[in-house]
Amino acid sequence: MTTTALPETAAVAWRERVDERALHVRGRLWTLSTSAHTVPFVATAGVLVGIEPFLAPVSALALVHAWAIPELYAKRGANVLSPHRRRAPVAPAEAAQRTALGLLGDLVGHAARDLHARTGLVPERGALGVWLVGEAGALLVRPGGRRVHCWCVRADDPSLPPADRTAHLLLALREDEHGFATVANLAFSGARWRVRRRLAPRMRGALDEAGRMARGG
Amino acid sequence: MARLIRMDRTGHTTLAEWTADDDAALAAAAVAFREQLEAGHYAVVTRGEGHAERVTELPAEAELVILRRPIAGG
Repeated sequence: MTTTALPETAAVAWRERVDERALHVRGRLWTLSTSAHTVPFVATAGVLVGIEPFLAPVSALALVHAWAIPELYAKRGANVLSPHRRRAPVAPAEAAQRTALGLLGDLVGHAARDLHARTGLVPERGALGVWLVGEAGALLVRPGGRRVHCWCVRADDPSLPPADRTAHLLLALREDEHGFATVANLAFSGARWRVRRRLAPRMRGALDEAGRMARGG
Repeated sequence: MARLIRMDRTGHTTLAEWTADDDAALAAAAVAFREQLEAGHYAVVTRGEGHAERVTELPAEAELVILRRPIAGG
């Protein structure tokens, strides 16, 4: 017997199931929220300089705030892929990680296996866009490649080696993409370039590749 | 030979192996399968690249059945 809905969605029954429309709305809300945080600082900077040019240093401080707030949010989004977030009680054994890597490699194609070896992330095309799956989270690059949703989600077993944690997320994603996005916590939604700057350097190539795939490449 | 594997701290552990014409091995695999589901694992069968299905009964025809732990928002 096969079932389609991700069973973990039962644990978050109060959440609306994520679909194309819900993602669009959440993206707009993030943009609106970011604007609400930054526009007042930009306006304040302009007004201060307009009133009194000697207040230019204060205006500069306001502009720094306007720049920093979206950057902090983007950093929060990029952090979902950080291996440092893992809460393993002990370091995974090398042999276990090698075994787990073998299984993960069997689940994906050659190109994805190669990208994982270089970046630690597995790309996966879905109906909602192109996913980049890590050990403790995933990025969803929306069609067109401009917007990224950053999801915090993990396997419920801290003793798993890193590649197994990625395989857990990949399998759950393949079972039910919309359910996966429903279970995961959205940490950030915004411009791909903004998240890219906050990613670990070795992961940036994966986001570039996902962006290319999301543009139809 | 089909395999039932569980992802765990060792990478993965093979819990059972069977072939379609070996009823005893298939029955033993089905018992192991049910025990793991009762222990809270979910069973998944890959259906080509990009697709997977959760199963609640051991599919005798599957080449590989993978047991995973639940996921949760972090």
